Amino acid sequence: MTTSEPREVERIHPVADPGVEHHVERWTDVDEAAANRVTRQITFMFGMVPLLCIAFVVFYFAIDRSATVDFAGLHAPAQHTLMGLAAGMAILLVGVGAVQWARLLMNDHEQVEERHDIASSDDTRKEAVAQFSAGVEDSGIGRRKMIGTSLAGALGILAVPALVMFADMGPWPGPGMRRATIERTVWAEGVHLVTDVTYNRIKAAEMEIGQLINAQPEVLKEMAHDDPIQFQREKAKASIIIVKMDPNRIKVPKSRTDWHVGGILCYSKICTHVGCPISLWEQQTHHLLCPCHQSTFDLGNSGVVVFGPAALSLPQLPIKVDAQGFLVAQRDFDVPVGPSYFERDSSKDYQDGDE
Amino acid sequence: MAKPTTVTTESPVLETTTPAAKPPLAKAGGVAGWLDERVGLGGLTKFGLRKIFPDHWSFLLGEIALYSFIILLLTGIFLTIWFKPSMAEIEYMGSYQLLRGVPMSEAYASTLALSFDVRGGLLVRQIHHWAAMLFVGAATAHMLRVFFTGAFRKPRELNWLIGVGLLSISLIAGFSGYSLPDDLLSGTGLRFVDGLIRSIPIIGTWAEFFVFGGEFPGSMVISRLYMLHILLVPGLLLALIGGHLTMLVFHKHTQFPGPGRTEKNVVGYPLFPVYMAKAGGFFFIVFGVTVLMGTFMQINPVWMYGPYNPAEVTAGSQPDWYMGWVEGAIRIIPNWESHIAGTTWSWNVFLPGVGLMGLLLTALGAWPFIEAWITGDRDEHHLLDRPRNAPTRTALGVAGMTMYGLFWLGGGNDIIATTFDLSLNNVTYFLRGAVFIGPVIAFLVTRRICASLQRADRNRVLHGSETGVIVRTGDGRYYEDHVPISEDEAYTLTQHPAYPALEPSATHDAAGVAIRPKVTRRRSKIRNWFVKADQPKPTAAEIEEAHSHGDHGDQKAIEAGDKKALTH
Repeated sequence: MTTSEPREVERIHPVADPGVEHHVERWTDVDEAAANRVTRQITFMFGMVPLLCIAFVVFYFAIDRSATVDFAGLHAPAQHTLMGLAAGMAILLVGVGAVQWARLLMNDHEQVEERHDIASSDDTRKEAVAQFSAGVEDSGIGRRKMIGTSLAGALGILAVPALVMFADMGPWPGPGMRRATIERTVWAEGVHLVTDVTYNRIKAAEMEIGQLINAQPEVLKEMAHDDPIQFQREKAKASIIIVKMDPNRIKVPKSRTDWHVGGILCYSKICTHVGCPISLWEQQTHHLLCPCHQSTFDLGNSGVVVFGPAALSLPQLPIKVDAQGFLVAQRDFDVPVGPSYFERDSSKDYQDGDE
Repeated sequence: MAKPTTVTTESPVLETTTPAAKPPLAKAGGVAGWLDERVGLGGLTKFGLRKIFPDHWSFLLGEIALYSFIILLLTGIFLTIWFKPSMAEIEYMGSYQLLRGVPMSEAYASTLALSFDVRGGLLVRQIHHWAAMLFVGAATAHMLRVFFTGAFRKPRELNWLIGVGLLSISLIAGFSGYSLPDDLLSGTGLRFVDGLIRSIPIIGTWAEFFVFGGEFPGSMVISRLYMLHILLVPGLLLALIGGHLTMLVFHKHTQFPGPGRTEKNVVGYPLFPVYMAKAGGFFFIVFGVTVLMGTFMQINPVWMYGPYNPAEVTAGSQPDWYMGWVEGAIRIIPNWESHIAGTTWSWNVFLPGVGLMGLLLTALGAWPFIEAWITGDRDEHHLLDRPRNAPTRTALGVAGMTMYGLFWLGGGNDIIATTFDLSLNNVTYFLRGAVFIGPVIAFLVTRRICASLQRADRNRVLHGSETGVIVRTGDGRYYEDHVPISEDEAYTLTQHPAYPALEPSATHDAAGVAIRPKVTRRRSKIRNWFVKADQPKPTAAEIEEAHSHGDHGDQKAIEAGDKKALTH
């Protein structure tokens, strides 16, 4: 082993630095006519700018808002298009003109500037240390350490009131709050299942095998007008899909034999991954695919995950029919719907093979 | 015969003289003097006005980012005049017929008003969105340029860290911006963020309730994002950009190696007038192009998506491009989730969402320090590396880009599947493996390419440039004539520093007392791996020898030399 200093970097120049390359003259440097031509071109570009700006103002005021342009695949409002064209060209010409001026007419002899040392000189450093020491000396903190310590503590603790101020940013999701919000939906005994948007009740007898209905709880209809904000919150949890499948071609676990009505099953529409509404239905395989991240659930098997990043089965809503034959809920979902969260007890979710 | 007249070409009588030109600014008086007496303008001018900047197209990438940011500020101000960051539900009664009577948030309604009822509103909205795409894109490209040329090395490590901060904040800027219109697509993005925040272990639910002011979607999130988007984030960006540019001026710009370029100088053109015209003009070019993009290229047509409805989503929903890789990771990760003692740990969301972004930013931030530790290089670097001369760094960078690109493809796995008639599941399974195998292949290939390019440089220096002229000698042999390359080029190809392999240094001194080794066993190992692909630079003797043989046209020597060079 060698004891000599290891060389980390070798700086050897086998070819000597020839110095900055010779200046190559441009056409505009040697030919006055060429330079004049470029000058005219640049002046023309700058000269077009006022014209384009006037055009912009004319387009702004004169063009009818409903007029459109149809040209080479472009179908757009005429005002938008012409204003943009005029403004874009005007701005662009300023830029192109300026760059051409620099490129073709301004002095293009490369110049060399020396770099200065970034680090301070030893003397400066010494002086800086001395200044700092003098300041420390003046403050007397060397002898009275308690002042410094208490000041640091005082400054640090000031962060506490500042941070506490933010505690009201939202309600605290303690167990009670969670039960009242993310662990509950508006589904309850006897709530009618109605079609999304139109709020029509759904007759069990009228559904056909393979059919899928996007549905909502009937109680949302009123809420849409009375409390739109709460309506959005509830809709984000209560949205469901109803599917009718051949009861002989699906797997219904013992614990869920009375959850469906003759092959009509109801699931949460909210993906257990990050909460997109799921709606791509593969009729033959009974698979439901989320268009956001492609988690796929088997609705013929209690909503278990068959593909994709979702981990939890799609919660199933137990349903029955009322006296008139309309679909109603038996109760709320047994497990929280939507994406997982830390405090979620995920031991009760259905897993493939559960009875 | 008459004597011919003498012809003279000069005549003092005919010589024209011009009066000495008056300098444009004879002395600092007037406004300049007034300012000098108040803010010391003279000193500032003397310091900065003729500062030299080097020229290279890749130095414009950062400029594009800066200019897009200015465009974003300008267009953003316009948009705030009409946009209402409110989630209050109203019935739309504006001029877009297809949505009349539809209940929607004020945010969405005012976005529609901007697009249809405010003259030029659609134009400015589209310019703003395009500029945002360009901003993140140019910043990313600029960062890659800085990485691959080693511009992050001492003394610019802090500026690199500011750059990493800028990039991460620009992602927040972009996301908070495209969430504001409260259309179906942006609401879907927010729903995703809600799931992402929820997945954070221990504090997730609390963070969700604090961000959204309770349950998703609530009534607060748009106005909060608005504050973030128009105040906090641009403020931070402005401050960081200010620091970034101040440090740039203080350090002076790096330059590519070339004749006359050294670690101690900077060769280029003065700020005034050349760069004021070039850079100033370039601002207008970027702005002009962005305006034309906003005019002719439709972006984010929110009226086609409809208002946000938590029960609806469109197939093919995707975030803006810079979030695509996170989206991809979220899509292709296996569904890992742990259930421990009544709690749920959503690795399937947390790892790709929060973890991956953290990993990338940490890796980027740490790299200058890791590389300095590996190479032991404590010198200042103002001459850039040609990427081939740092093969391992370049290969790591390309590996990172490959991984990013594959994750990014994952963000469109459904589109890929439908466009190319592939199985969505197979695309996903393939990407699960490819994101790990792809980067390894990219690393190995890139490092070999770099080594080959180094050898090619070496051959060029030793044997010159191929002429394309085949010469037949008197005895019937054929060879291709080479001409020596210019001194300028030869210098450029050989000036880079070399990092020889290092043995671990002694752990005990001569007296057998344990000392701290200067090169530990581990560092020696990593360093030697790092410099493994480096090809030896031609020495002055080798160049001399090759040239003297070349002068005699002795082709055998050249061929022998070729072989020698290739076996290294």
